[in-house]
Amino acid sequence: MLFTPNVIKNLLKKPVTRKYPFEVRAPFSNYRGELVIDINKCIFCGLCSRKCPSQCITVDKSSGTWQCDPHACVYCGLCRDNCPTKCLSMKDTHRKPVAEKVTWIEHGNPPKPKKRTVEAKPEPEVKPEPAPEAKPEAEVEAKPEVKVEAKTEAPVETKVEVKSEVEAKAKPKTKKSGKKGKKGGK
Amino acid sequence: MATTVIPFGPQHPVLPEPVHLTLKVEDEIVKEAIPALGYVHRGLEKLADIRDYHQMINVCERVCGICSMIHAVCYSQSIEELMGVEVPDRAKMLRIIWSELHRCHSHLLWLGLFADAFGFEALFMQFWRVRERIMDINEATTGSRVIVSVNVIGGVRADLSPEQIRWILSEIEIVEKEVRAMQDTIMNDYTVKSRTVGIGVMTKEQAWELGAAGPTLRGSGVAQDMRMTGYGAYGELDFEPVVETAGDCWARSTVRFREVLQSIDLVRQAIAKLPEGELATKVKGNPPEGEIFTRVEQPRGECVYYIRGNGTKHLDRLRIRTPTFANIPPLLGMLPGCELADVPVIVLSIDPCISCTER
Ligand code: SF4
Ligand code: SF4
Repeated sequence: MLFTPNVIKNLLKKPVTRKYPFEVRAPFSNYRGELVIDINKCIFCGLCSRKCPSQCITVDKSSGTWQCDPHACVYCGLCRDNCPTKCLSMKDTHRKPVAEKVTWIEHGNPPKPKKRTVEAKPEPEVKPEPAPEAKPEAEVEAKPEVKVEAKTEAPVETKVEVKSEVEAKAKPKTKKSGKKGKKGGK
Repeated sequence: MATTVIPFGPQHPVLPEPVHLTLKVEDEIVKEAIPALGYVHRGLEKLADIRDYHQMINVCERVCGICSMIHAVCYSQSIEELMGVEVPDRAKMLRIIWSELHRCHSHLLWLGLFADAFGFEALFMQFWRVRERIMDINEATTGSRVIVSVNVIGGVRADLSPEQIRWILSEIEIVEKEVRAMQDTIMNDYTVKSRTVGIGVMTKEQAWELGAAGPTLRGSGVAQDMRMTGYGAYGELDFEPVVETAGDCWARSTVRFREVLQSIDLVRQAIAKLPEGELATKVKGNPPEGEIFTRVEQPRGECVYYIRGNGTKHLDRLRIRTPTFANIPPLLGMLPGCELADVPVIVLSIDPCISCTER
């Protein structure tokens, strides 16, 4: 009996439920839905795979693949929050259901500052003087420029990335190229 | 009189969770109940061996599918205490806001299921309709309806903007109004009372001796609530445990009903006292060697985490005692002497969360 007022009110109001497939509520803006990656920005640092609680991301730097098992992903958003280049993001709608298990693989161009410099060195060796890279570490700074000029085969974008990185990480660069200098010498 | 054995569960219409009770019945009167658990054991505690202590937050959240936030808070608090991390005040208050929202929607869910257990379908739908507003608040503020994933060791990783706070306040006002509209029905309605009053009575002494927890304990007149210890920032809020003395199904449902209103009040208080500041402190290193006990209040009662660190990023031991585990002996104490038709109502009155019991 005490429920009667509620019943009458409900009869007079329109239903609270929606006719779902035809009428969909606008998603909330920060809903953690489908995970998406902008593979061109990915630097293959592997931080996302280390932070992921369901361990569903595999990053292979050498082959340049970023792989995720979307069925194991729990949509916590930790990978997105920890990605240093902010290349991961989440849509505000969930994934569509699928009938078969899929593995989501992305191929990208991992920046290979090490290999690029290694590749770059033989070229000047062939060209004018093989001496400079072996000896002085002061001239190392000048090398990247030489590199960029030398490499005509590599895609333009990656070149720019490499360059900017070189400029950004001044200290590690000199160390690395120092090592490479030794390698080249060997 | 011959004894008949009636199996109850693990699949039962009123109880979506798998607990099996073997009921020994004489003439429709239950004489004995023997429980069987273990249908959904998941072995989450073992995961501490292969997931590091940051990732374990997300594992602990999945202990319970309803009060995920409070499990995560309990786990983070343990690790923070073990490592001596100071949590910013704002993070503490935000944790309370989401915890209380979880308590609120968990109780509303239970009130609906309880109404369903004694066959009041319309009331069930009313409670679940109201609950939807709180789920929307969770989704809009954290990014997920149930598994909110906002805790990190050292704080939280989501914030509330002033607009969101205004919106939450207006939403919980509607929730409060709609819940109050159902107060008379759940507490005083003749049909509801005939199914709940005097059913499954447990005295104060019994409840204490059998180790009941949460609303089951408070429904029997024992004022014990972990929030009284003032963990997190509960010490700054005005809080008084909700107690009923009848000890029957009616008392337990009334406790939960009043706790919904109390949770709404606590959300308001926490929002009013929400300080400005950092969301999380940076945590470096691994949990040191040592062990820790943390107790928090979950919708179903007191939850205990025991954690032992060993100086590496993996924990040595993670033991979780959930409130339903503590409430099963009291349930077995309530059942003998009741009618067979009342068993679903009594079983539901402890708010069993079997998947959390079996972790
Ligand atoms: S964290 Fe970001 S940049 Fe690093 S591997 Fe993952 S997606 Fe790529
Ligand atoms: S959203 Fe969470 S579970 Fe999914 S890939 Fe990212 S870190 Fe892993």
